[in-house]
Amino acid sequence: MSTQQAEPESQEAPEDPAMKGAESPAADEQNGGGMVDEHAEKAAELEGETVHIKVFRYDPEVEGKQEPRFDDFHVPFEKGMTVLDSVMYARDEYDSSLTFRHSCRQAVCGSDAFFVNGKQRLGCKTQISDLEQPVRIEPLPHQEVVKDLVVDMDHFYDQMHTVEPYFQDEDTPPVDDLEEQRQSQENREKIKMSSRCIWCGACMSSCNIAAGDNEYLGPAAINKAYKFAMDDREGEEIKEHRLRILEQEHGVWRCQTQFSCTEVCPKDIPLTEHIQELKREAVKKNLKFW
Amino acid sequence: MSQSYNRGLIEDFGRWKEFSAGMWAWIFHKFTGWMLIGYLFTHIAVLSTSIGASSESTAVIQAENDVYTTTLQGLEGLFLIRLLEIGLLAVAVFHILNGLRLLMVDLGIGLESQDKSFYASLLLTGAITVASVPTFMTEVGI
Repeated sequence: MSTQQAEPESQEAPEDPAMKGAESPAADEQNGGGMVDEHAEKAAELEGETVHIKVFRYDPEVEGKQEPRFDDFHVPFEKGMTVLDSVMYARDEYDSSLTFRHSCRQAVCGSDAFFVNGKQRLGCKTQISDLEQPVRIEPLPHQEVVKDLVVDMDHFYDQMHTVEPYFQDEDTPPVDDLEEQRQSQENREKIKMSSRCIWCGACMSSCNIAAGDNEYLGPAAINKAYKFAMDDREGEEIKEHRLRILEQEHGVWRCQTQFSCTEVCPKDIPLTEHIQELKREAVKKNLKFW
Repeated sequence: MSQSYNRGLIEDFGRWKEFSAGMWAWIFHKFTGWMLIGYLFTHIAVLSTSIGASSESTAVIQAENDVYTTTLQGLEGLFLIRLLEIGLLAVAVFHILNGLRLLMVDLGIGLESQDKSFYASLLLTGAITVASVPTFMTEVGI
């Protein structure tokens, strides 16, 4: 499909340009009756298979978008198309004001976690052909929406930083004694899955304990703590310090093993398993038989 | 960010069709737990009638005319009570089986098949409940 579509209407309405394939109530109002002809035209133009996506729209700064709504887009289907591809097409071809985070497009940066057909998924890792149409694309639940698919991640990052997500050692040895900090293969295997976290926030958004308790660390932060607490290269004292953070009331004990986080994690991290293991560590630390 | 939008209860009970096994297990476990607590109080109320019966003479008790025996016989004669008893059994069995499942989860055993163990406890609960119907429904008009 060609990109030259600088029709007069689109210049009159810069925030909702060139509505080919897009159906938006606000755009209908702005463009008036002319939309009907354009719809017929664009339907003919989009030959071949298309995917129907419904995208959550909200923007407190634009009149007409302050009331949240869903916009429909019909995007030409290509083999291998992901959810991210479809919203990128919608943004590039139909409505440049459609806003979402994305960067690497290969499930590494963790920017594009959306709520797709009722489940937290990574847009770039979800094949659109696997989903039932129309594909409903919403921002992550339980986080405040800043604009369209962009949510406020501040609280998530705060929780991540609470568990001190960096390697610590008691003291840095004098320069002459510095050497590689080697990790055994077994230990590497143990923390392998936990180290895959990309901070996308899908787990936190799916956890309904975290939704009701803002102090709960949440699965991502606990998993991050697991990665370091289980790392043999950190000293015993540091591990105890980590467990002291985790064993607090709003730490590991809030987990009620609903498995929602494990279910949605795009990197297949066994989050519940890690939380349960830390619960056992916390019990072992405090259990005294004398 | 000048303003943001809070969608409130999105993804909560309005989206129950999208819940997965672990979530259902959690909901059922809470539900059956509360049912058992509720039953505990009615159970105490019914058994308390034996306090009154204890002061009755042996002859009255042997004739089954004391308040405890008549209360129980009266209740057991009701079709509704028999139905509720079957429900109670189902609730208790599920709570026990899922409790065992949670014990395994706490011990870190077989977490990757937690959904299967939930379905298994549901099926087993159903089977035991159905099998109990003849026992619970004897001598009540059906």
